[in-house]
Amino acid sequence: MTPDAIVVGGGLVGAMTALALTEAGADVTLLEASFPGGGSSGAAMGHVVVMDDSPAQFALCAYSRARWQDLADSLPASGEYDGCGTLWIAATEDELGGAVERASQYWAAGVAAEMINSQDLQALEPELRPGLAGGLLVPGDGVCYPPAVARAISARAASRGARVQPGSVVQSVEANAVRLQDGTVLYAGAIVIAAGVASPYLAPGLPIIPRKGHLVISDRAPGFVRHQLVELGYLHSAHTFAGASVAFNVQPRRNGQMLVGSSRELVGTDPSINRTLVATMLSRAVEFVPRLGELRALRTWTGFRPATPDKLPLIGPWPAIPGVWIAAGHEGLGITMATGTADLIVAGISNTAPPIDPAPYRPDRGMPSIDLIAA
Amino acid sequence: MTESIPIVVDGATLTVAGDISLAAALLNAGIVGFRLDEHGKPRAPVCGMGTCFECRVTVDGVTGVRACLEPVRREMRVETGR
Repeated sequence: MTPDAIVVGGGLVGAMTALALTEAGADVTLLEASFPGGGSSGAAMGHVVVMDDSPAQFALCAYSRARWQDLADSLPASGEYDGCGTLWIAATEDELGGAVERASQYWAAGVAAEMINSQDLQALEPELRPGLAGGLLVPGDGVCYPPAVARAISARAASRGARVQPGSVVQSVEANAVRLQDGTVLYAGAIVIAAGVASPYLAPGLPIIPRKGHLVISDRAPGFVRHQLVELGYLHSAHTFAGASVAFNVQPRRNGQMLVGSSRELVGTDPSINRTLVATMLSRAVEFVPRLGELRALRTWTGFRPATPDKLPLIGPWPAIPGVWIAAGHEGLGITMATGTADLIVAGISNTAPPIDPAPYRPDRGMPSIDLIAA
Repeated sequence: MTESIPIVVDGATLTVAGDISLAAALLNAGIVGFRLDEHGKPRAPVCGMGTCFECRVTVDGVTGVRACLEPVRREMRVETGR
């Protein structure tokens, strides 16, 4: 028996969780402060990727991406899902050696991956500079337009009976109760906090800090690149916590625009554009794709990834407040992991068998202090 | 009183005030379809201050020029609808 539920947060994680709970038979209310997909989901690159920074990250990515295959087919065209695959670029022979290790992990888990030599890399992506060592192609990855997907999924939840309430600002969460800014108090058997970087305001002590990123989108140049391109050094440059970092990441969008990232900074929630960092980020991209510099940049924006100290999301019950569940802290993998997160929350709330071991994502697991890392 | 000048828009000569933006000149002439979106639908200026990029036209062979930021110039050649 599934209790009635309130989901706080209409990003893709919250929307997907609301939909999955509704489909499981729960009476669901989805509360969103602005509009579905208006927060971190709306600023996100929208990649659906299998990452393997840790076995638990890999497990949730692989399960979530498999669930995405069905989801992608059911999305409206506005969701712009494109199964373009990810091409991880090795600049050096060292990086290519690391890619072989990664590929064997993917193969062992049944995730398709293909080693690409230097010549084939040029054939696959002629705009890449000559002299790169090779790459790792993960053909099952894709990209989407996250705010449109969040909107479509929340609309689907509504069409199946969920109450979707945009413009509902939650002031506090208590045992089995949610207090809105307008004074309304709503009660439910289960309350799921899926509020991204705002989640710690509702569940004090939750180890999430905002990790700012910049993105640039170009004019249309159809066919300029064909896969999502990411440097293999991404894991190293993108995963240091202190200080700012950039890494090469370019996505072709369905309309021919190029989405260029990525940057990472711990600077609170100031959304202003750091021009020096954007210049560094674009220079990094042009090092890999020289003619990218000839395309016109149309827009630059920032967003905030909900980061945790151990780089794993927080999914499961939050013992400090009875009846409260957490589905947050996905950092840059919220779009990918939204499907798997929703399934884990449904299994937890309805006390059914989870699709993968939920233990690594428990919100109250031991991990380094967020205060130490942010300092 | 500002001098009027000729500009060439999609092959036709227009006489426009000499001290205004290209976007203003086109709108004054009743031209609202500045460019086409990916579905082939016409787009018109929204912000008028260089932020929205909806007013892009081709000027003297240079694509992607924001008409709202571009002063008119004598004999400039403008192409819309790209």
